[in-house]
Amino acid sequence: MSVFQIDFGRPQSSRVVGIDLGTTNSLVAYMDASAPKVIADADGERILPSVVSYAGDGRIVVGREALGRLITDPENTVYSVKRLMGRGGADVADELKLFPFRVAGDSESVIRLQLGDRSLTPPEISARILRQLRQNAEAALGEPVNRAVVTVPAYFNDAQRQATKDAGRIAGLEVLRLVNEPTAAALAYGLDKRNQGIVAVYDFGGGTFDISILKLQAGIFEVLATNGDTHLGGDDIDNLLLRIALEDIENEWGDDLSGHPGAVQLLRRSVIKAKEELSYATRTRIEFAYGGKQYQRELTRALFDQLITPIVERTLAPCRDCLADAGVPVEEIDEVVLVGGSTRIPLVRTAVETLFRARPHTELNPDEVVALGAAVQGAILAGDVEDQLLLDVTPLSLGIETMGGVVSKLIPRNSTIPASATEHFTTAVDGQTNVLIHVVQGERELVKDCRSLARFDLKGIEPMPAGLARIEVRFLIDANGILSVSAKDLRTGKTQEVEVKPSYGLTDNQVEAMIRDSIEMAEDDFMDRQVREARVEADSILHAVEKAKASEAYRRITNRERDRIEDAINQLTLAYHGDDHLLIRAKIDELNNVTMHLAETMMNSAVSNALKGTKI
Amino acid sequence: MDLFCKFCNSLQKPLLDYYKFFGIERKLGLDPTDLQQRFYKLSRLLHPDRYMRRTNREQEYSLEATAILNDAYRTLRDPVARAEYLLKQNGFENDEPRSKNVDPDLLEEVFELNMALEELRSGDDSARPQLEVARDKFTGMRSEMDRDLQDLFEEYDSTQSVEVLQRIRVLLDRRRYIQNLVAEVDRELAG
Repeated sequence: MSVFQIDFGRPQSSRVVGIDLGTTNSLVAYMDASAPKVIADADGERILPSVVSYAGDGRIVVGREALGRLITDPENTVYSVKRLMGRGGADVADELKLFPFRVAGDSESVIRLQLGDRSLTPPEISARILRQLRQNAEAALGEPVNRAVVTVPAYFNDAQRQATKDAGRIAGLEVLRLVNEPTAAALAYGLDKRNQGIVAVYDFGGGTFDISILKLQAGIFEVLATNGDTHLGGDDIDNLLLRIALEDIENEWGDDLSGHPGAVQLLRRSVIKAKEELSYATRTRIEFAYGGKQYQRELTRALFDQLITPIVERTLAPCRDCLADAGVPVEEIDEVVLVGGSTRIPLVRTAVETLFRARPHTELNPDEVVALGAAVQGAILAGDVEDQLLLDVTPLSLGIETMGGVVSKLIPRNSTIPASATEHFTTAVDGQTNVLIHVVQGERELVKDCRSLARFDLKGIEPMPAGLARIEVRFLIDANGILSVSAKDLRTGKTQEVEVKPSYGLTDNQVEAMIRDSIEMAEDDFMDRQVREARVEADSILHAVEKAKASEAYRRITNRERDRIEDAINQLTLAYHGDDHLLIRAKIDELNNVTMHLAETMMNSAVSNALKGTKI
Repeated sequence: MDLFCKFCNSLQKPLLDYYKFFGIERKLGLDPTDLQQRFYKLSRLLHPDRYMRRTNREQEYSLEATAILNDAYRTLRDPVARAEYLLKQNGFENDEPRSKNVDPDLLEEVFELNMALEELRSGDDSARPQLEVARDKFTGMRSEMDRDLQDLFEEYDSTQSVEVLQRIRVLLDRRRYIQNLVAEVDRELAG
């Protein structure tokens, strides 16, 4: 398999940054001499909203600026793109109804969003966020940054992990490791230094929920079990409140605003504000004004708690399952760590405390703790931290399809990764030369209830009677939780070619094309800027020459000089309207040269004028 | 241990035998704490996180070796998986039909159990108490088998007798049968 290396001709830095690529917000952190630190952007902001906007003029804005465009240009502004990573169109059909952006035609195996005249996949959009974080890190650290640890929800499946890795590649980052978010949080807390014991990490973020149970001993962070829901987060609470407010407004105003994306985004902002206020206050108001009309609704903490109880309860079943899988009775949980913005909600804290019978850790900022942990893991990989080691697990069982659509499990969930399994295959029919293998992920017994990962064909089997061929297939889940497959013909000892076609995701060729596009686009962006800058310079010189033409000095230079100046002005004006910045600069230089004498003459007359009025 | 080259200390292609990998005697009775300490120690030596700045070949071996280490630990720490592994190494296959080595008396009981399961599936909740009783009974049988298994483990470790392995094979087949029943009843009772 080919690996497309991006070489910007820059030296390889040994530093490995840690990136939390979140549903709502993203952060980048690095390991200082003593501790992990979040890197702020030029304005001092530590958090980058995970919003990307594709403006009509071809400009792409990320973060805070894009946040504003959610209201003014909602169709071309993408938020919560993480929820679309590694998913097919059918998976997220319901959810997409709430999103203002449009899905482009062919979105069966990979969702494509129609943004202006571009059709883009979630990894390409996420790459924009990663690229921004990378630039922020480079600006702050004053060195190139091209290697990173990126975090993912522990319960992300193979396709979602692969999509995240693809995003990194498109952004020009070598993703050395994908780390599970709850595990990263445990690392950030450095709990191993204080004691050994069992820790539960409850991670309730913007779009995903994870629970992990870890055993800590002498610097080893061994994940015993993990569970979660990759489609459960603060977004769901926002959507719930949004639906209520939309209904209210329809009743009060007689208008259904749901078809107005700008209004919906504005209202979304109001309900989020109210939600956040209820983490500190016991009552608040949802306030919203649109089209000259006002909407107000009081919301008490009690009612809010009642509304969100079903959502909070959906996090508890995975917690119980996780305890059972870890083989740990709840009394043996020594510490609980809270991660993710949604853990600021008092009801969530109470639910966690009640379930685990332990007071949760909240010393570290729940928005930052994952990025900090990723930076620690980056330092481990760079060799700067030697006493700590993460042993993580695969969240979902890996299996293959057998007769009758039944799954045969090869690697059980919660197996420590890297993990592998070997399976032998043979032919069913005389002369059969290939065997089709379907790999799935999930806990159910039937293929149709599991997640299809990939199909591949074992090709080139020598024709022989049925049942004689002996093909050994090795399934290997690496330390990122990503599957690879290799096959060997045991009769010939030859390694077989395995072409894996991912069910949900991009092929290697597609990713490479996107990397090329993004480099070209980066080049385009760069060229644009060069042209703009050259034009600015041309403007100022043209303006200066125009002014000089009215001066007395202009009349004093020769006709020939005046002709050459006119000629140079015309040539620069022509180049100005082209898009060749080098030509513009050449013509600027030329105009500079032919006006040299004019400038001197002007200078001299200015000096003599000045002298005239002055007594020395 | 031959994990590393004696001369250049670079990581070598991993061993495939789980017991040899852990450097322990080929016994069925294992000390879980000792196994875990060995697992942690080997993880520190072999994990891919430690090989990021080494040659591609060493990185590849590290991934291979850690995968085998983890597979081995997953197998050896679980008594049933460990016994299956040792049986397989001694030529006992386990791809026999489910009901092999099962008492005829038990089969009759299972027949009744299946009827009750069928009633529950068709929405008749009156079958629930019967199923709960059956589950407790089968769970009890499984615990009894686990105790028998421990005895057989000890017997094998002191005699290394193939005849004991044969008895373990029979016991494991029965246990698997019971285990499947318990899982099925649990699933149906949970709805």
